[in-house]
Amino acid sequence: MDLHFGDSKPTDDERAAVDALLGPPESSWEGADRSDADLRWARGGREARDRRDLLLPGLHAINDRVGWISEGALDYLCRRLTVPPAEAYGVATFYAMFSVRPRPATVLHVCTDLACQAAGAAELCAGIEARLGAGVSIERSPCLGLCERAPAALAIRAGDPVRTAVSAPTTVHEAVLAATSPDSAPEEPPAAMAVPQAGSPGLTLLRRVGVVDPSSLDDYRAHGGYTALRRAFELGPAGVIREVTDSGLVGRGGAAFPTGRKWQATASQPDHPHYLVCNADESEPGTFKDRVIMEGDPYALVEAMTVAAYATGAHKGYLYLRGEYPRALHRLEHAITQARARGLLGDDVLGQGYAFDIEIRRGAGAYICGEETALFNSIEGYRGEPRSKPPFPVEKGLFGKPTVENNVETLVNVLPILTMGAPAYAAIGTEKSTGPKLFCVSGSVERPGIYELPFGATLGELLELAGVRQGLRAVLLGGAAGGFVRADELGIPLTFEGTREAGTTLGSGVVMAFDDTVPLPRLLLRIAEFFRDESCGQCVPCRVGTVRQEEALHRIVERTGAAAADDIALLREVGRAMRDASICGLGQTAWNAVESAIDRLGAYE
Amino acid sequence: MRKRQSTKTYTRLTHPLVRDSRDEPLRRATWDEALERTARGLAAARGAFGMFSCARATNEMNYVAQKFARVVMGTNNVDSCNRTCHAPSVAGLSAAFGSGGGTSSYEEIEHTDVIVMWGSNARFAHPIFFQHVLKGIRNGARMYAVDPRRTSTAEWAESWLGLNVGTDIPMAHAIGREIIHAGLANEAFIERATSGFEEYRALVEPWTLSLAEKVTGVPAAAIRELAHAYARAERAQLCWTLGITEHHNGTDNVRALINLSLLTGHVGRYGAGLQPLRGQNNVQGGGDMGAIPNRLPGFQDILDADTRLKFESAWDTVIQPHYGLNLTEMFEAMEEGTLRAVYCIGENPAQSEADSGQAVRRLQALDFLVVQDIFLTKTAELADVVLPATAGWAETEGTTTNSERRVQRVRRAVTPPGEAREDIDIICDLAARLGHAWKYADAEAVWNELRSVSPDHYGMTYERLEEHQGIQWPCPSTERLEPAYLHGRLWETDPAKRGRLAPFGLVQHDPPVDLTDEEYPIRLTTGRRLDSYNTGVQSGGFASPLRRGEYVELCPEDAERYGVVVGEEVRVTSRRGSVVAPVWVDPALRPGLAFMTMHFPDEVDTNQLTIEANCPIAGTAEFKASAIRIEKLPVATIVR
Amino acid sequence: MTAIPLGVPRRLVEFTIDGEEARVPEGSTVLDACRAAGKDIPTLCQGDTLTPKNACRVCMVEVEGSRTLVPACSRRAEPGMAVHTDTERARHSRKLVLELLASSVDLSTTPQVAGWIKEYEAKPDRFGPDAARLGEEPKVDNDLYVRDYDKCILCYKCVDACGEQWQNTFAISVAGRGFDARIAVEHDAPLTDSACVYCGNCIEVCPTGALSFKSEFDMRAAGTWDESQQTETTTVCAYCGVGCNLTLHVQDNEIVKVTSPHDNPVTHGNLCIKGRFGYQHVQNRD
Repeated sequence: MDLHFGDSKPTDDERAAVDALLGPPESSWEGADRSDADLRWARGGREARDRRDLLLPGLHAINDRVGWISEGALDYLCRRLTVPPAEAYGVATFYAMFSVRPRPATVLHVCTDLACQAAGAAELCAGIEARLGAGVSIERSPCLGLCERAPAALAIRAGDPVRTAVSAPTTVHEAVLAATSPDSAPEEPPAAMAVPQAGSPGLTLLRRVGVVDPSSLDDYRAHGGYTALRRAFELGPAGVIREVTDSGLVGRGGAAFPTGRKWQATASQPDHPHYLVCNADESEPGTFKDRVIMEGDPYALVEAMTVAAYATGAHKGYLYLRGEYPRALHRLEHAITQARARGLLGDDVLGQGYAFDIEIRRGAGAYICGEETALFNSIEGYRGEPRSKPPFPVEKGLFGKPTVENNVETLVNVLPILTMGAPAYAAIGTEKSTGPKLFCVSGSVERPGIYELPFGATLGELLELAGVRQGLRAVLLGGAAGGFVRADELGIPLTFEGTREAGTTLGSGVVMAFDDTVPLPRLLLRIAEFFRDESCGQCVPCRVGTVRQEEALHRIVERTGAAAADDIALLREVGRAMRDASICGLGQTAWNAVESAIDRLGAYE
Repeated sequence: MRKRQSTKTYTRLTHPLVRDSRDEPLRRATWDEALERTARGLAAARGAFGMFSCARATNEMNYVAQKFARVVMGTNNVDSCNRTCHAPSVAGLSAAFGSGGGTSSYEEIEHTDVIVMWGSNARFAHPIFFQHVLKGIRNGARMYAVDPRRTSTAEWAESWLGLNVGTDIPMAHAIGREIIHAGLANEAFIERATSGFEEYRALVEPWTLSLAEKVTGVPAAAIRELAHAYARAERAQLCWTLGITEHHNGTDNVRALINLSLLTGHVGRYGAGLQPLRGQNNVQGGGDMGAIPNRLPGFQDILDADTRLKFESAWDTVIQPHYGLNLTEMFEAMEEGTLRAVYCIGENPAQSEADSGQAVRRLQALDFLVVQDIFLTKTAELADVVLPATAGWAETEGTTTNSERRVQRVRRAVTPPGEAREDIDIICDLAARLGHAWKYADAEAVWNELRSVSPDHYGMTYERLEEHQGIQWPCPSTERLEPAYLHGRLWETDPAKRGRLAPFGLVQHDPPVDLTDEEYPIRLTTGRRLDSYNTGVQSGGFASPLRRGEYVELCPEDAERYGVVVGEEVRVTSRRGSVVAPVWVDPALRPGLAFMTMHFPDEVDTNQLTIEANCPIAGTAEFKASAIRIEKLPVATIVR
Repeated sequence: MTAIPLGVPRRLVEFTIDGEEARVPEGSTVLDACRAAGKDIPTLCQGDTLTPKNACRVCMVEVEGSRTLVPACSRRAEPGMAVHTDTERARHSRKLVLELLASSVDLSTTPQVAGWIKEYEAKPDRFGPDAARLGEEPKVDNDLYVRDYDKCILCYKCVDACGEQWQNTFAISVAGRGFDARIAVEHDAPLTDSACVYCGNCIEVCPTGALSFKSEFDMRAAGTWDESQQTETTTVCAYCGVGCNLTLHVQDNEIVKVTSPHDNPVTHGNLCIKGRFGYQHVQNRD
């Protein structure tokens, strides 16, 4: 491609960061020194253009090394990958974790989202800002997925290698410490600390968390690891899909689509190759279950992805992990390396002649990338904007090929389905919602964390288990895209059908409790800010609608009754258009929580 | 840096100009005076007259201009600037296939498998054609670029082959040999549709990949890859531009490329063909209309007695039974004194000819020069009479014919300035003053006369041209349209329908005339830039943000060797002339290779450097290969 | 020999629009079918030479069985589909989209939009005087065309035309996110430091006048732009031999703008810098 580059040159550091990812450039056209051979023959074309999907890893490489992405660095990366600089700039500016303006090497992300807001994030931020000088960039962050330890902060210091430190629950002192010396910050508590039930019998999905050494493949196998994959090879791909279909498993990411049907639809596509994508871009405020699984039982996800790929005829799997999960990243990188070394990934998995491998792709701070097609665009090196459907991913997904995309929790459910058999699995839970379910409980409870219960337990039972505190005002189900229920609705059965009947949603399993000290209008405003910040901007209803929603909520933050009525009417109209006309789930659900607060909780009355 | 714009801006001619004697300046005149002088000047030179017709004016104007030369002046000495660009393509294609047009249409390149862009920077020179190429690439076609420079076009290629200037024939022959040796020749097609294969096989046999590597400078593996890709493709398109034709052996170059299509059967099918990309809006149409010395309208051979008879009866005249002089030969005849008057319409040979200093001297020596143009060009400044015309594309009705042989309507959108008159109107007025009262009600009447004598155009009424957004020739019927590609006949099983076999061209490598040596160590090649055009008379009129004026472009290594930096003026000298130009550094060049354009002749007259070494068949000069030296000026001047 | 591909014969799809039977070739969009049936549906981001992006969401229609409304411009007709173009729900959505756009973007040069605002009774003012607007100043950084992003509805058409779908220059992209997203060249540089080749194919597809010839921009500023006094004449470009069709927009015997017919087999509406802007020489009259 005849690309145009400016005069800016990369620094040695920036060049080294890119070369560490891509290897040294092969010709002067890619940025090496000019050689005689280059001036007589140049290769390019399709092969050169096909490297676009390395753009996001390349941007990470630069950002990790230097802390921001300069013109020279971006140009060099573009030259290496044959990507137009304008497009790369569009991609770099899409993600919240990147900066195209100079900033300090250390960035401290302080979570100001729902759980952390309720735990005093505002004062925390103010305190940190007062203590830290210009050497650290402080960024208010959407949910960091550490709600059980709110308030939370994540420090990232660019360098070689990049250093990270998670501080949660944090204080001004600890957050400052993490930012100023991330290397000496105290070790995070083990993942099992997020699982109050850890070690108790009767757990299925969480049974190994806190029991096995998450770094040890042998320990994983000693606790039943890789029996499901062996079973899968016995059953054959069609047999696996039949088991998954019969188990009644539906997606746990929020949309609750039958997993067996999705797999079957992908497996039967004549176009090849097929891809498997694991959606680990867990960004719904209040959600942290996938993180706990990935940190506490990473091999389970590797095994489950192998099974899913085998069943659907994929030989390549992408694990799209949200960028704010450094520990999950390290655990999974280690697990994949180990699995590869032991022949559990690679050309000949388990000696069965089946080839499969997994590549991890890091998100970079964009809630929208949890939308399945936005995630494809993100992996492919484009802006993480959703695609219009149809065509659906099973037909045209990643790189335009048939793709099955599943959430982490969905995938790990496949292991017990294969080991216990579909009938036994289907016997757990209710008739329409089968199996165990993970719930992310946070907020006004004594023991926040991940809980595993069979479908059918009531909201009240779950909150009791978590030790709900006095003065419960409302519970947010399903996160920012979900809805509020009242304190007197604790009888709602936690099933897909039960929540639907109650006019709310289970979503991704968020259960966030708020007591009567939390100012509801502020909470709603925070939700509206979240959607405004996270709207990708592609479609008008969401791009402008989320702004108008936030403006209206801002106007009525101190108003009630007749004084708020006009704006509430406006909100309803805007909300309806967002729900009806937005391209993807983000815009379609951006009004859900606010609507439920108005209608169910009587906010602004 | 990019902002420098000192381009001369031309303003429109609004009234006729005459010169009372050679030493006096041009002065304003009435139309009557100007035309009367012209009529006298031309009448006096009967038998020593030449017509420079215009590849940018309409088909209708070209038809009338050639008719003026043949009927009023009784000569076949009519030609146009197609001589300086694509005459070799026409000569080569007609030698092989009997017809001088590109064989494919643009849309086909979107549905082909392999595209070879040879000596063509279409991304700059033919941007909208290149969009069709890009569609093809997006549809999965693989593109290969053969060009001394790694141009914008080449940057889109799977593989760019940076050959030495003037080594196209060795490259083509080596590709042909490799195809034969790899067993990839299309034997069925060769057997059925071509002649001379055995001689061709013997001809290319010495051109091994390693010899080609030595001569062209391109690695054998790259040549082999291109050979295999082209031969193995189910469909392939071979496109070229002036990198092939502007050589002293341009027609041979064209033949060498055509050979490859014959060898593989990549011609005469949908998606497979040969596409010379034309440089001017009506360079195809000018030739089609007979504004060339060897063909009558409809590309019909003057040497054919039946054809002549047809025109003689249609025009009530006698047509000279021999070819006239082409543009190059006319310039030579000026030197010899056998050509003494020229009617130059819309051309600017004083700046567009190779070795422009020589061209100016020759024009100055004429007894009579009349220039009909919309601007007072450098050529017009030399004239005895200057006639203000209308802009063909925006101020007149008519048609032009594009590179895919599509005849399209041009229409009058603005009123011409001052006393400017339409070309046809002026020519007819002159014809009347010289005893031939032609009556054309309008351009359509001219077109209908052309249709009546040219079978290939017969089916194209103005109404149909409007309806179909242009029609590609041949179009012999008013009822139907022919396939958009030519020479499907070569695939017919019936030998009668197949017609004349396509001969392989038995052409030999002949390196550029202007050799590099110790004194002139740098090879200068020329080309076009995206936002500019030819001598800049048209393109100088708008404020392009891309324009940075003329530079001599050097590779970074040469710039360093001469100790010069971007913007620094240097002296550029060839065996013919010398100019001063600022330096630009372009990594697409390699040591020993420099690049210039002719877009800014008023700043840097590049054609003072180029060599008037002409293709003996087509008469096109070797603009693409001069030998120069670069000299740092004693006091560095930096232009910014 | 290879026959001329005539294209695979297309099957017909039967479905209903507003209760009436419709039959269209397979692959047609709902919008194609609606237009064939004489139904007027407003569109902004849809372009006849571009793949539908369905970003503006003004063409939403109701399809039975669909949870949300669907964009007519991109949804392909399916057998048995029941489409309703004028339900209260669809009208509400169109009205809101018009309000959201008109309250944030300068639509003063967007053709037809004033009529739709009236038709759908949209009231952009109701978001109050403090409603956020784009607040962009026109970018005048070259002599050929102006980018007035205060008028940009972010339809992506210029990006698609500059990029893979036509020009493949990739000078522009959407940068930033959400309401702050803007069309920009790399590093938000001026056009003159970008990959732009000034083909103006972005102007050709811009639906709002955010991109315009400098001549049009200046004449509008001077109050002399008057489309009712303009003629449009299609002719052939005077430069290279490709033969691009140009439509010259002429006011007072001056060429003020150049476009190209979108259905032209040579150009498909695209031109290069010379064809688009290189007309000035004919009117250098003194």
